[in-house]
Amino acid sequence: MAGILRLSKVTKEYPRSGVALRDVSFELAKGEFVFLAGHSGSGKSTLLKLVSMAERPTSGEVKVSGYSSATLRARELPKLRRRLGIVFQDFRLLPDRSAEKNVAFALEVTGAPHASIAPKVARLLTQVGLASKATALPHELSGGEQQRVAIARALANDPFVLLADEPTGNLDDRATRGIFQLLREINASGTAVLMATHDVTLIEWSGLRFLELDKGTLTYDGVDATRLVADLRGR
Amino acid sequence: MRLALREVLLAFRRAPVLALLGITTIAFSLFAFGLFGLVAINLQTALRQVEDRVEIRAFLRERASDDDAAEVVRTMQRMGEVASVGYVSPDSALQRARTELAEFRDVMDSTVLPGSIEVRLKEGSRDPETVKMVSKRLLLYSVVEDVRYGREWVEKLYRIRTIAGVAGTGLAVVFALVAVIIIGATIRMAILARTREIEIMRMVGATNGFVRLPYLIDGVLKGVAGGVIAVLLAYAANTVISRNLVVTQFFTAQQVALGIAAGAFIGFVGSWISVGRQLRQVWRDA
Repeated sequence: MAGILRLSKVTKEYPRSGVALRDVSFELAKGEFVFLAGHSGSGKSTLLKLVSMAERPTSGEVKVSGYSSATLRARELPKLRRRLGIVFQDFRLLPDRSAEKNVAFALEVTGAPHASIAPKVARLLTQVGLASKATALPHELSGGEQQRVAIARALANDPFVLLADEPTGNLDDRATRGIFQLLREINASGTAVLMATHDVTLIEWSGLRFLELDKGTLTYDGVDATRLVADLRGR
Repeated sequence: MRLALREVLLAFRRAPVLALLGITTIAFSLFAFGLFGLVAINLQTALRQVEDRVEIRAFLRERASDDDAAEVVRTMQRMGEVASVGYVSPDSALQRARTELAEFRDVMDSTVLPGSIEVRLKEGSRDPETVKMVSKRLLLYSVVEDVRYGREWVEKLYRIRTIAGVAGTGLAVVFALVAVIIIGATIRMAILARTREIEIMRMVGATNGFVRLPYLIDGVLKGVAGGVIAVLLAYAANTVISRNLVVTQFFTAQQVALGIAAGAFIGFVGSWISVGRQLRQVWRDA
């Protein structure tokens, strides 16, 4: 299958904190689900920032759906962002707006036709299992539910890939499994998922492909979780 | 556009104190600017009125005839700097003296006053150099005995005018700068209060223009509101001064419109700079 996301010999160096990623190369196929594993500070978040083109690599090239980090112009960034769904550990919801308004916000600010917004928001909230809590404010929802709202928002513009940075980092086991299940469903309907996590059990249990980062270097790309377990748990 | 307006209203509802603070600071900086403007235009008007009275008077010799005087009047009128030339004959000078100085009427009977030529200069030609030049020109006529124009007085007046002009321009620039900085700061506060919104807008792919629009509208509205309040305050101040101290003149409708437009412009520039800075900032990580 054709790669929709490709990193070629990507190095990212910060002036103060030094090298965050060194010579990282990998490819993500259309509709694939891949974990990004590693300790905190291993470069997971940096890698995701490079993929969303929030930052550019010091050397090497990031290619996302036809956009290259070498040639992308600031003006084109919004177009790329509409093709990506992004989810964070801390949900990043607007605290004074209801669940449905948080989701609608993503559609409104990207210029979706007014009449199409309400039905789409309803469909998205149903998809993430929150139809009954559409009017609840974020603080009235549990962590898992807030992350579901954030995922619904990330799906608003029908992205081809969902980037999730430790989406279950703030959740208990039950909620974690629920969110992972939801991401699998989304993936099953054709959206690729790149999920950063340090939850070894989840990777092991899923049996899916994972990339392991250690101090900015890609040390493993495959499905052999036993290796990861020894490596990550051992320390 | 409708969404942008809704966002502006929402921002106002959520942080009314911040919005009012912004409007108030804009209003006061524009008010200070306006007060200074009022002083400037009133000073200018007063100076112009005084200047209108600048007049050069050439006293004619006793032997000068009406024809001689007419010749002086005719040639002086041809000078580009001259607005009007008038001849006051000895008889009419005496008449004038009698009515103006009634208490000395008895003395006047036996006095002979010299005839004189009164020269008024055009606006813009009332500076000391021109006055001196025209006076020298008058002295060239053999029938002219003496020329008076209150040299020191003219020079002093002109100096005041120059100082007022320079100081006025300088202060106006300073006040305008202060207003821009204050507005920039209040808009920046408004933006900082909404960092998360901007972050999310950029994350989901809103264009920079779209992110900017609500803040630009916000800045312009605050600038207009501040401008209107400043005009009202200035009007109140002007009324109080006119009633109790000296009668002063207020801005014309055009100047008022210009002031409010300046408020809108300053609000626009302030927001543009602030939002630009915010948008350039690297997308913050959690």
